[in-house]
Amino acid sequence: MNTPSPVIEMRAITKSFPGVKALKGVSFAAYPGEVHALAGENGAGKSTLMKILSGVYRLDDGAVVVGGEERHFTHPLEAIRAGIAVIYQEFSLLPERTVAQNIFLGREPTRFGLVDHRAMNREARRVLSLFGSAHRIEADTVVADLDVASQQLVEIAKAVSLDVRVIVMDEPTAALNETECEVLFSLVDTLKKRDVAIIYITHRMREITRLADRVTVLKDGETAVSFDEVPEPDAIVRAMVGRDIGDFYAAPATPQEIGDIVLSVRHGGNDRLRNISFDLRAGEVVGIAGLQGAERVALAKAIFGISPFTEGEVMLAGKSARFNHPRDAIRAGIGLLPGDRKAEGLVLMQSVTDNGMLTARALSALAGRADATAFATTEEMDGLLQDLDVRAGSFSQEIKALSGGNQQKAIVARWLALAPRLLIFIEPTRGIDVNAKAGIYHLMRDLARKGTAIMMISSDLPEVLGAADRILVMRGGELVAAFPRGVSEADVMLAATGEEAVAA
Amino acid sequence: MSQQTVSSQQAPGAPRSGRLPKINPVFFVLAALLVAITLSNPNFVEPTGYMNFLKRAAPLAILAAGQIYVIVSGGFDLSVGSLITLTVVGSSMLLNNNADATWWVIPIMYAVGLAVGVVNGLVVSFLRVPSLIATLGMMITLNGAAFMWSSGSPRGYLPETFRFFGRVNIQGIPLIQFLPVALLVMLAAGSYLFWLMHRTNLGRMLHAIGDNPRAAQMSGVPIERVRITAFVVSSLSAVTAGILLGGFAGVSTDVGVGYELQAITACVIGGAQLLGGRGSVPASIAGALTLTAIFTLLNFIGLPKPVRDVVQGVILIVAVVLATYRRNRAGGT
Amino acid sequence: MSTATLIKRLPSRIERYSPALLLAAALLIYVAIALSLGLTRFLTPEAAISILNRSIALGMTAVGQTFAILVGSIDLSVAHLISASAVVSSAIMNGDPAMMAPAVVVVLLMGALVGTLNGLMITRLEVNPLIATLGMALIIQGCLASFHGKFGGSVPDAFQFFAYGTVLGLPFSLMVLAVVVVAAWVVLRFTRFGSNVYSVGGNRDTARAAGIKTNRVVIASHILCSLCASLSGLYLASRLKSGSPWLGTEGAYDLESIAVVVIGGTILSGGKGGIWGTVAGVVIFSLIDSIFNLAGVDAFAKQVMRGIIIVAAVAFYAVRSKRIVA
Repeated sequence: MNTPSPVIEMRAITKSFPGVKALKGVSFAAYPGEVHALAGENGAGKSTLMKILSGVYRLDDGAVVVGGEERHFTHPLEAIRAGIAVIYQEFSLLPERTVAQNIFLGREPTRFGLVDHRAMNREARRVLSLFGSAHRIEADTVVADLDVASQQLVEIAKAVSLDVRVIVMDEPTAALNETECEVLFSLVDTLKKRDVAIIYITHRMREITRLADRVTVLKDGETAVSFDEVPEPDAIVRAMVGRDIGDFYAAPATPQEIGDIVLSVRHGGNDRLRNISFDLRAGEVVGIAGLQGAERVALAKAIFGISPFTEGEVMLAGKSARFNHPRDAIRAGIGLLPGDRKAEGLVLMQSVTDNGMLTARALSALAGRADATAFATTEEMDGLLQDLDVRAGSFSQEIKALSGGNQQKAIVARWLALAPRLLIFIEPTRGIDVNAKAGIYHLMRDLARKGTAIMMISSDLPEVLGAADRILVMRGGELVAAFPRGVSEADVMLAATGEEAVAA
Repeated sequence: MSQQTVSSQQAPGAPRSGRLPKINPVFFVLAALLVAITLSNPNFVEPTGYMNFLKRAAPLAILAAGQIYVIVSGGFDLSVGSLITLTVVGSSMLLNNNADATWWVIPIMYAVGLAVGVVNGLVVSFLRVPSLIATLGMMITLNGAAFMWSSGSPRGYLPETFRFFGRVNIQGIPLIQFLPVALLVMLAAGSYLFWLMHRTNLGRMLHAIGDNPRAAQMSGVPIERVRITAFVVSSLSAVTAGILLGGFAGVSTDVGVGYELQAITACVIGGAQLLGGRGSVPASIAGALTLTAIFTLLNFIGLPKPVRDVVQGVILIVAVVLATYRRNRAGGT
Repeated sequence: MSTATLIKRLPSRIERYSPALLLAAALLIYVAIALSLGLTRFLTPEAAISILNRSIALGMTAVGQTFAILVGSIDLSVAHLISASAVVSSAIMNGDPAMMAPAVVVVLLMGALVGTLNGLMITRLEVNPLIATLGMALIIQGCLASFHGKFGGSVPDAFQFFAYGTVLGLPFSLMVLAVVVVAAWVVLRFTRFGSNVYSVGGNRDTARAAGIKTNRVVIASHILCSLCASLSGLYLASRLKSGSPWLGTEGAYDLESIAVVVIGGTILSGGKGGIWGTVAGVVIFSLIDSIFNLAGVDAFAKQVMRGIIIVAAVAFYAVRSKRIVA
């Protein structure tokens, strides 16, 4: 090992968002030529920590020390200039430009004042050659023509070409297959040899074992444990999981509460899904677990008619139910609460009541009275919002100003007005602070008790384990396992990653 | 009187912040302008003064009340000016100086308007052509059609039966002496469009698709149907405005020129959010009255007519800048 | 893997060549009609040059519009700026050859000013580009109409060389257009500014994150757009001997320049496309015009069909997108 003087050091970092304390004095260091794995559940604070390092967020307290000097980045560019590059899961590539143009975005090599395309392509090829011959990417290919894995690699090449000293990789293998992962791993090895410090965020034990020199596990905004050498995987898993849940989650369904089959899918498939078969019963909460890229959301979209099943059979309450449009699915009694509330759920400039009434109105005659639909009147909606304990100055205020939890409840109210048979929650507590989460879990359980079938898709594994009566696991567009309540997190994780047992 | 009924409705759907419902500033601006006009021309408080003002403003007010439907849904309708022209020119061709033909010519013009609105809506919804381009194309096409129909030289006048709506004043009304039919048309169209926008599901759906089309679609809103309806409303309001204008402007191939931009400006003055999600019919009508009042004032001051365009351009930009500024200050996204 | 990626994007490859395909189709129809009507004199090189010569003004405007659209903006003020440039240049020259240079300078400065104002409104004041440039259009139109009565004048004969002169047997104006096109191509392809135009149009946030001064790029693109429109106004003044305040709007240069840019494969949201596509779009439009002339379609019917063709052309590209537009 090299001299142990860290390239970057984060000391006792504290960061709060309105209502949430995201980081409570986390310390972290990265050393040249080493891979430091950062593990932890969703919401543990990994992303927040890295966004502070890269100048996206500002810290409340603590210090970021780069090369022995305390720095306060106010813009990601400053971090990059200081030698820190982050590769996020969402790509920041320009799809219509070539690989080389993307790599040298904003700093194209010039000659006599003109962009020197030959030099640029040559440099790009040099950087890309680090990936080895197993995965060739041509410098002059348009990025949109590349598959997701190659785009991921271009994103990495961009960081490498900056000659930075620290590269943060946020779950870089999420979209990669086995061979592509190998390409990435050997690249990481190459970078290590060049004394680059790599911070590697992942859930996957195999990758930690394969790559990491150190491991830090975050839990609930604190450092759970930090290993200077990579321990056995079960030590890491144990540090990640285990939380006093108390009555954080609602009690599970009793056998009497579980009713008839509401939704039944047989051999369902489309371009993202393969051979999906499962049943959902009235009164139960079924959690769908899986990693990024497992196509869990594609399953929801197929049921809801957004990107429909192209094969297989779907029955809803005994009737054929392959829908081609959300409107048809809604009419048949299916509701969906999207994971990205701002993009797909809310009409932000409208009032809380209007957001609640949206679907009731959408299914009524266009010229019908807006304040009294067949499904609900505005008074009934306001009552419903009150019952759900939506906190707002007034229900006629714009929903924009409400907290995430209250916005989510308003969307729940939207569906309750229609008394659906099946409600699909996607990432139901994303962006919702910890205290409000419990409210959402209890709400889901109440709905189930009233006979609704609940399907919950979540990347937050403890949430799936705690809130669901049954857990289905997806991987690569297929359902690969089904577990009853009480299964261990490790077992679900294993099914989701498709790996051999690593922990008891 | 008109501006009282308008302001007493307090602009539902107008921007509100906090718990206090704010009165849309356009009503204050309009009131101030009316005071200014009265000061520069005391005759304005006589019925002939304000009634003629309202009569002149009626076509634009109706047009703005229709345009706001498209704006709230997130688009623009630039074809309305040419549709006005087509209505006037087409009516004169069909009427052919035959006063008795009015009763069937008007329905035909509304059918044309309906068709134009449906085509605009279909092109935007299903061919995914941005409304700006789609309706500009429609504008060129309709202008060409008006020229074609009249072979470039439309006939000089329309029969009295047709001009009834735009020109006639009902005499002998107590207090106000007379009442222009155009004003009645404006009040009727305005109230109907107010009801449709602010009291029905359609109005809320329009706001939803303009605000967030993706969320609206996933909540079951039939976005294509709603969008097409918006364009139809706008087109029908243009036909109505055309019938009024035919009454007092006479027949020519440039009656409608510039009205599309005036209507959009009126909506913007009324606080409508460009690209959708927010807007109000009464405030847009008030915006139309404001714009007409500004033009009237410029006229009284003695500024030449072309200055209107400059003023309108500046108002358009300033209104958008102010709206952006207010939203940013209110901490919006 | 490489074959898989190729197959995945096959439709987009067709899209990339569609301006050329459309051009070929227009050419084919033109030739077919000329042959079927026995009008072979319309198939000579001279005829080709006259077809191209018909779209000089549109071509210059469209080159500028390409910059505005590529950067993710749009300019609806070009038509009025064309009129203003024509009127102002003929008023300043007023038949005096000595005033030619000052007039050209003043008109180009005016264009630069309009472009700067458009750009500033869009970037600093965050006004939607449609509204900013529409507002600008109204302002220019009003100024023109207010002052037009006081302006008269016509361009001196010497200035008409711009429109009617020939150099080495080729129309001078066509050569000017060619120079403008090549210059635009060099800027877009070989300068950092050109790259930035694509980056800002492709994704403003990504561009900003890469340290590109996005506001400056938008403003500069608008300046180029307005300069091209002014040049086109100068050309029209030269061709018509004097400017009129309706030149630009009668030619519908605003909508037509946008249409040819889109037909040329540049996408309206910005970041993708290029100058050669625009050139193809311009030639397609001239060919369509010539086809109408050959077929003897009357002027008004031509206008009706033009509107339909423009919308159809945009639809041709837009219909496959999954995005919800308004």
